[in-house]
Amino acid sequence: MSGKTFFVDLTLCTACRGCQVACKQWKKLPAEKTVNWGSYQNPRDLSSKTIRLVRFSEVEAGGMLRWLFFPEQCRHCIDPPCADVNANPASIIHDEATGAVVYTDQTAKEKDDSLRMGCPYDIPRTDPETGVVVKCDMCIDRVRAGMLPACVQSCPTGTMNFGDRDDMLELAEKRLAEVRKQYPTAMLIDPDMVRVIYLAAFPPESYYEYMEADASGVKPGPLTRKQFLAKLGSPFKRMTS
Amino acid sequence: MKINRRRFLKLTAATAVATAFGGLGFVPDAQALDRVAMLGPKWSRQTTSICPYCGVGCGLIVNTDLKTRRAINTEGDPDHPINEGSTCAKGASIWQLAENDERPPRPRYRAPYSTEWKEVSWEWALGEIAKRVKKTRDATFTLKNAKGQVVNRCNGIASVGSAAIDNEECWAYQSILRSLGLVYVEHQARICHSSTVPALAESFGRGAMTNHWNDIANSDCVLVMGSNAAENHPISFKWVTRAMHKGAKLINLDPRFTRTSSRADLHCHIRAGTDIAILGGLIKYILDNDLIQKDYVLTHTNGSTLVGEKFGFNDGLFTGYTKNGDDQDYAGSYDKSQWAFDKDSDGLPKKDPSLKHPRCVINLLKKHYERYDIDTVSSVSGADKQKLLEFYRLYSATGKPDKAGTILYAMGWTQHTVGVQYIRTMAMVQLLLGNIGVAGGGVNAMRGESNVQGSTDHALLWHLLPGYLATPNAGLADYKTYIDAKTTPHLEGAKDPMSAAWWQNTPKYMASLLKAMYPNATAEQAYAWLPKAEDGKTYTWLQLFDAMSKSEFKGFFAWGMNPACGGANAGKNRKAMANLDWMVNVNIFDNETGSFWRGPGQDPKKIKTEVFFLPCAVSIEKEGSIINSGRWMQWRYEGPVPRGESKSDGHIMTELYDAIRSLYAKESGAFPEPIKNLSVDMWKGGHGFDAHKVAKLINGHFTRDVTIDGKTYKKGTQVPSFALLQDDGSTASGNWLYCNSYTESGNMAARRSKEQTPEQANIGLFPNWAWCWPVNRRVLYNRASCDNTGKPYAPQKAVVRWDGGKWIGDVPDGGWAPGTKYAFIMQAAGLGQLYGPGRQDGPFPEHYEPMETPFKAHSFSKQLNNPAVLRFAREALAVADPNYPLVATTFRVTEHWQTGHMTRHTPWLLEAMPQIFVEMSEELARERGIENGEKVMVESIRGSVWAVAMVTKRLRPLTVMGRTTHQIGLPWHFGWQMPHDGSGGDSANLLTPSVGDPNTGIPETKVFVANVRKL
Repeated sequence: MSGKTFFVDLTLCTACRGCQVACKQWKKLPAEKTVNWGSYQNPRDLSSKTIRLVRFSEVEAGGMLRWLFFPEQCRHCIDPPCADVNANPASIIHDEATGAVVYTDQTAKEKDDSLRMGCPYDIPRTDPETGVVVKCDMCIDRVRAGMLPACVQSCPTGTMNFGDRDDMLELAEKRLAEVRKQYPTAMLIDPDMVRVIYLAAFPPESYYEYMEADASGVKPGPLTRKQFLAKLGSPFKRMTS
Repeated sequence: MKINRRRFLKLTAATAVATAFGGLGFVPDAQALDRVAMLGPKWSRQTTSICPYCGVGCGLIVNTDLKTRRAINTEGDPDHPINEGSTCAKGASIWQLAENDERPPRPRYRAPYSTEWKEVSWEWALGEIAKRVKKTRDATFTLKNAKGQVVNRCNGIASVGSAAIDNEECWAYQSILRSLGLVYVEHQARICHSSTVPALAESFGRGAMTNHWNDIANSDCVLVMGSNAAENHPISFKWVTRAMHKGAKLINLDPRFTRTSSRADLHCHIRAGTDIAILGGLIKYILDNDLIQKDYVLTHTNGSTLVGEKFGFNDGLFTGYTKNGDDQDYAGSYDKSQWAFDKDSDGLPKKDPSLKHPRCVINLLKKHYERYDIDTVSSVSGADKQKLLEFYRLYSATGKPDKAGTILYAMGWTQHTVGVQYIRTMAMVQLLLGNIGVAGGGVNAMRGESNVQGSTDHALLWHLLPGYLATPNAGLADYKTYIDAKTTPHLEGAKDPMSAAWWQNTPKYMASLLKAMYPNATAEQAYAWLPKAEDGKTYTWLQLFDAMSKSEFKGFFAWGMNPACGGANAGKNRKAMANLDWMVNVNIFDNETGSFWRGPGQDPKKIKTEVFFLPCAVSIEKEGSIINSGRWMQWRYEGPVPRGESKSDGHIMTELYDAIRSLYAKESGAFPEPIKNLSVDMWKGGHGFDAHKVAKLINGHFTRDVTIDGKTYKKGTQVPSFALLQDDGSTASGNWLYCNSYTESGNMAARRSKEQTPEQANIGLFPNWAWCWPVNRRVLYNRASCDNTGKPYAPQKAVVRWDGGKWIGDVPDGGWAPGTKYAFIMQAAGLGQLYGPGRQDGPFPEHYEPMETPFKAHSFSKQLNNPAVLRFAREALAVADPNYPLVATTFRVTEHWQTGHMTRHTPWLLEAMPQIFVEMSEELARERGIENGEKVMVESIRGSVWAVAMVTKRLRPLTVMGRTTHQIGLPWHFGWQMPHDGSGGDSANLLTPSVGDPNTGIPETKVFVANVRKL
């Protein structure tokens, strides 16, 4: 299993949101009309116009106040469940070279919210006007051109990293070992299943309910999240679309 | 610009790859592939730029469509040593700032009593403005003051701005304003870091950030206090993070828990306005536990100097105090001569290297801070005692010779009525611990505007001329009197052969400046043309708006500034603007200042003020240099052309000046000589204003063939360095500090080489990337990083070291052999000043309460507030007022910048931070029945604003002097004009008071009292 992978070290993130805006800049995604809802987080959720979002969460952990930041994006699953629920094979391309999971305009023909409901991380969003389902495409255009994804390039602190999967896994393990000296329960989130591996110092649910692939957010649909999770649990069974 | 070949090759390869995929029919997103192709040289031109927002100075790459000449992509420059390609939310959004339909394409005019803007031509607008400038100037010009002193001053026009324009434009603008005779010349620097300059200058000699961004990585302990670096200087955290990876501790003291706190090893909540108490406690801790770096203190500071018998301190007041009446702007003043050093028969300060003499500085320091015990400090500040002790322990550990601690501060320290003394306190801590001049140390004033260092260097401030030369005042009637007055203290200091007393060179710098402004005049003539301030009078920002509120001005330039939102007591500023006959507002977008007449509570039909709006280019549309917080002067290039009919600020000011000048050529008018003789023709090329020509003039040239030390420099050639400037008119230099920036070798600011020696690489110095003042010295006072033999205190991260015959590493701060000159060469006595007798409010910092406080008294003395404070006695302040029980502060967020003028017009940033909010603790919210996310009203004695309640654990009530004290905080980025529907709210500065520090007049916008209630 090669291809590309992100390693996202959440212990370093300052929520400067360079990545959130750099994503919109590269893709020229329009701004949404938002309101302050008592949080720094805005837009409040992912959408077809916001495919990358820094989530903010205040928790008390280890007797201390923590302000946790979670730059959320498509995980580019090794074995993407969304690519099993799509009715039309042309709506999702699983790029062999990078492992990027790329949605095409054909997703407009998918039924209801099937792709979103098929996602254990609750990522895909439908454009209300065109019906096209939208999410991060790993900046595959940039990656093919030898450039870093816009979010990774923008990151000042080393939170966002991108490269060949083996290198990223090595970096992730190295950082995990370092971080565990201070936070013994620090963990990598679903490292075997995804190409966007988060290092979290605190329990995943304290950042966001869908940070970790989890059955708790089951929504009605043709297949439940649990069923997809079962699929996720058996990695490497197939590589590309 | 120099093309970055590596990138181009990369991009060309990219195009080939895209084609290959296209051929296979594997094109999931055709448009996306186009975006990469568009970056290739076939379709677009690539230029470099520097981010126009904060003072970090991040490099950007701009791609401009060859056909449309519009920007198609902007992103971080991976080759840039500071940001290495990264950008924060603001830096990532520059494309949308430029390609923005909100930008007015041509000038606009608002007629008296009109309810709307009208679009007008440039020719008409500049012609009409010129007429008004001349009419007002002629009508209000004062040749002699009431005492009969020659002042040559235009009283009827004031100007504010701008730290957002390039160095060359700043220099040109100050020249223009001074040739017109303006003395009310102010800008952002007054209200953001004006307190930094006299604090650091008093302590070390220069008023700038001592180190630079990359250097933070060398630190063993990073203290973030009085700032929120992760939020407001986000890329600084690249270097903070590197330091932490090497084991450095990050300490953060703040009234709020911020994005910076989220990364800190230690965060401690404090009451806003009590930092001197906390740092005074740190000084006591260091002295009590004998943690000073002794060799440093003895060698490089005035710790062993003796202070005269007249100095004393009693219950909050130093000796020599006189209280002023309510009619005066300052509450009182000191006779500073009482604080003088004890001098010997040669006039040099006496010293006691044994540190035993009771009147040596270190013993006076001990005595002064003996009251600052941990219990009192904790009680006054509300800070947790254990956390304070942990802070003291961690930070004072950097007093070991090979350890370095750094402080990153900004507005949380500067914007107080004791702002200068806040910074002084930390400067003193750093001197005691030997942390100045060393890698990973310093007092790092984080500048919040991309060129506020440059606009300060180039003196868009009433009290300065370029290069920190003082503005003339009426009592200094002629050039010789001025020179004598300014150089005497340094000539006195130079009697000590160890003291370089660099300011004794003032005559060379002043003569060269006058030659650059008025090439055909003698220094005496040119000096006479400069406007003179009244003796003893100050013309600071708050006083400017106070004068405007008293109808003292007819005309006003708001150039790249938005005082209707950005100034303290913004409501007062907005009202004052209606007293003007005319206003010129130069900016990228309309703002609350230019449109004040249609703002909340205003009736346009009753407001006579004519307003001219002139649209300017954005940073990526013009060429010129800016200088970042770490003093790196960096050149920017024109990518897209100015959008619509907008023009660069340089073009606007010179074209306006040409119009004014032609009126003076045609008609008679007041005191026309400076206008006729200003060097403005030397600033222009084939396309008008030419940044290169101005940059060259700022560096300076020889006006005739000159032979110095046997070497002949030809007339018209560039002066290589300020050491060669002359006092006889044979050199012209617009700013001596920048002499060496544009030499016969070329434009030093445009350099992009990362070549380093191993010593430089070891501490992250990039001497061949851009240029920095002075003479490319990257770490100020670096000779103090060594002992008197030239051996570095921290050999593992040496900044400089003496190699027997020369200094290795950085450009040394004075090339003399070690031990032959003191390290602080700009000081008359050559030493870092633990005792600083030159400030208006005392030689040692002392805790006073903010001008607005919930407390009637405090534990350190009977003196409640700064006894020399700037205030307007007729304006009410809330002190221990039960109607305003909350301690309030203002702050900034990453996604917006300053008044939000540029960022609220950038949809991606407005999306991320759409509305004003007020942070409060869960406890306070419960008391008031306030829910998170609901709109509430925040009120001070001056005004009110609605804000979205952000109820958070990040604020908490503190126990202060036995009483539960709540704090709230609001960002000040919002204004009624944008978003157009008013949904963003208005400025938090409607709440803040017009009171200021006695040294610089910086407003106390970081602490006041307020109330919050449910709507």
